[in-house]
Amino acid sequence: MPQTQLLPEQASTMAPRVDALYYFLIAVTAFFTLLVAGLVIYFAFKYRRRSKNEAGTPVHGSMWLEAAWTIIPLIIVLFIFGWSSSIFFSMARPPAKTLDVYAVGKQWMWKFQHPDGRTEVNELHVPVGIDVKLTMTSQDVIHDVYIPSFRLKADVLPGKYTHMWFKATQPGKYHLFCAEYCGTNHSGMVGWIIVQERSEYEQWLAGSVGQGTTMAQAGEKLFKDLACSSCHQGDTIGRGPTLVGLYANKVNLDNGSTVVADEAYLRESILNPRAKVVAGFQPVMPSFQGLVSEEGMLQLLEYIKSLKAMPSNATGVVPPPPPAPASPAKK
Amino acid sequence: MDTAVATPHSNYLTDGYTLKSWLLTRDHKRIGLLYLFSVTSFFVLGAIFAGIIRAELLTPAGDLVSSDTYNRLFTMHGVVMIFFFLIPAIPSVLGNFLLPIMIGAKDLAFPRLNLLSWYLYTFGGLFTLWALVTGGVDTGWTFYTPYSSSFSNSNVALVIVGIFINGFSSILTGLNFIVTVHKLRAPGMTWFRMPLFVWAHYATGLIMVLGTPVIAITLVMVGAERLLHLGIFDPKLGGDPVLFQHLFWFYSHLAVYIMILPAMGVMSELVAAFSRKAIFGYRFVAFSSLAIAALGFLVWGHHMFVSSESVYSAMAFSLLSFLVAIPSAVKVFNWSATMYKGSISFEAPMLYVFGFIGLFMIGGLTGLFLASIAIDVHVTDTYFVVAHFHYIMVGASIMMFMGGVHFWWPKIFGKLYNEFWAKVAAVTIFLGFNLTFFPQFIVGYLGMPRRYHSYPPEFQVWNILSTAGATVLAVGYAMPAFYLLHSLFRGKPAPSNPWGAKGLEWETTSPPPTHNFETPPVVTEPPYNYAK
Repeated sequence: MPQTQLLPEQASTMAPRVDALYYFLIAVTAFFTLLVAGLVIYFAFKYRRRSKNEAGTPVHGSMWLEAAWTIIPLIIVLFIFGWSSSIFFSMARPPAKTLDVYAVGKQWMWKFQHPDGRTEVNELHVPVGIDVKLTMTSQDVIHDVYIPSFRLKADVLPGKYTHMWFKATQPGKYHLFCAEYCGTNHSGMVGWIIVQERSEYEQWLAGSVGQGTTMAQAGEKLFKDLACSSCHQGDTIGRGPTLVGLYANKVNLDNGSTVVADEAYLRESILNPRAKVVAGFQPVMPSFQGLVSEEGMLQLLEYIKSLKAMPSNATGVVPPPPPAPASPAKK
Repeated sequence: MDTAVATPHSNYLTDGYTLKSWLLTRDHKRIGLLYLFSVTSFFVLGAIFAGIIRAELLTPAGDLVSSDTYNRLFTMHGVVMIFFFLIPAIPSVLGNFLLPIMIGAKDLAFPRLNLLSWYLYTFGGLFTLWALVTGGVDTGWTFYTPYSSSFSNSNVALVIVGIFINGFSSILTGLNFIVTVHKLRAPGMTWFRMPLFVWAHYATGLIMVLGTPVIAITLVMVGAERLLHLGIFDPKLGGDPVLFQHLFWFYSHLAVYIMILPAMGVMSELVAAFSRKAIFGYRFVAFSSLAIAALGFLVWGHHMFVSSESVYSAMAFSLLSFLVAIPSAVKVFNWSATMYKGSISFEAPMLYVFGFIGLFMIGGLTGLFLASIAIDVHVTDTYFVVAHFHYIMVGASIMMFMGGVHFWWPKIFGKLYNEFWAKVAAVTIFLGFNLTFFPQFIVGYLGMPRRYHSYPPEFQVWNILSTAGATVLAVGYAMPAFYLLHSLFRGKPAPSNPWGAKGLEWETTSPPPTHNFETPPVVTEPPYNYAK
């Protein structure tokens, strides 16, 4: 027999912060509703019509009252805006070091990949007390990862990566819902977030069907199978720029601008290579649109991320803070 | 003057009895009645869809209809209720009938366009019905891409055509209102002598004219991608799915104000009439309509806080959404203050006034929850949002549609209805509405997503309450069909001013003559001049 609750469990660091604001807003709502309802009922009783042809006493308005009931609500809503935005900032900015998990939504299931290679369907195991970051994309229509007990939700879009981060505070099993309508079996696109104590989680990670291949290794294999390695050879002689140390660094483009090589850039460069061409290289790379699955794409990204920066690299890749000696290829 | 009982005189209802005299009429009053018939029909249809949805949700398992049927039901419920009931309801019925009379005009500025707009509405509606009987549509009324443009196997294109045609009806009505207010005011009817009902419809007209073309062109783009595979929204074709949401909500958030502003206009008339007192802060109420219309253009992004919107644009939209709450709050305070030192009576329309204040307060204040990004992230796309928008745009609009129909019924048809049953219906609707939608706030915060055919069992108790409420609500909505129709045949004839209310519409006979006034009125006093 499910018991009746008024609030979902609080299972993430965000949950109590969101609930606190929620309580405050309930108080504001109750106060103003009762105030207005009280006044209306009082007026209705006090000034009820006592004779058929009675008319009201003319009162046309009051500048002071108008000012008061404009300015006081304005102050209250600005206060709520500030409070809510500060929570939202924390939601939107993941900490620097996170445990990364990748999610792909498709009609009508969730697929999760851990960097060590484990994959899960409609279930996600995470440890308690650790910052976890989801990088998400969709293979078809828009979906949405919604975990009510964490008070978190983010759309999962085709052709794009979105993120969500959380720190679970309470071991347990929590609902995962798709919250963006996605077709026939939308309400079946549900699953569980399983939050475990650290030791339990380690056991789960190590346990049973570990594939023995990390995501990066799977990506490396794909990199060779798709013959990416014939041009991106990790040195300067390839037809394409080296990918070593590329991730999260600045890239000089042939049109003179620079971009940061983030997930969106890498994805675009694989699917639509001519959109942004690295300075000093010919636009000769073919598109891999339709040749890489979303899971495969995430593996490729994880592989590229694993190619750590070397002290000096001589293509279009410039490591950021110390203005590097590396030569931004001229044009 | 109040007691001048209408003797059988020639009026707009007796001016021709043939079908042709109705279908080719250019009289704004008759066109208003054509709309009354049409929007009521669509309301019944939309309510039947809602009834099946609520029956399905009685149990957690999806066992009454299939998932595909369920998805079509909530889509058609939304499409019919929003585009074919809520948006046209008050402006096209009450606005059409009353706006010219209230400013002392013989008709709207463009009577033929007015008739054309009814035909466009009806034609668009029939197109939509055709789509419905030939298989329905399952995208949700929001038509989110790329589901609607590349994935759905339902009649998306047909429904889009229906809504597209209907959009022109909205544009023409808005245009007619704007021009009429500018050009056809009677001598002495200055801007600040206009009833607030007229101000509200003027603001609504501006939104209809400026906003509706955006949804029209957006839906054309969805159709183009669906039929011609032009890459606009689907990333596989090189498009951007979020672009659709920007365009869609630019109009569809404005549409909320198309629904609520006319309701606010009715509210101002009713609260003044039943308090027999001038509206408190007339100019503040008038200008707050314009402020809402203007700010309403700038808040669409609050529908997209979880759609990968950037942090700072989310904050800008959040701030603007909080600001649009202020003119609404100003209105509520002014309406309440209007009752201060009034002479208040409690006929059925006034009960709808109380109901409106209750639903509008809860609907408006829960809007603050949703403007708060941190809470919106949790509750968007859940039943919390469903409850919120039903309170504000359905509850508040219908309260005033019903209140307005009851208030002006004696004027429109020249007949009095049974006051007792009218009061019972008003109370039943209010209670039924709250029982239906209040539990949805709770189950929404608990995390129940909207558009779910089946759901986890712990949400069931709230769904049972909601379905029970819907049953009460259905009874409340059905009652007026009986006593109002009864009044047409058996009702006592109405005097020209049964409520002792102010306004030009109460100075002409009930029902009004074909050209509204026997002698063209000249206005010499401010509005709501009860204390003369």
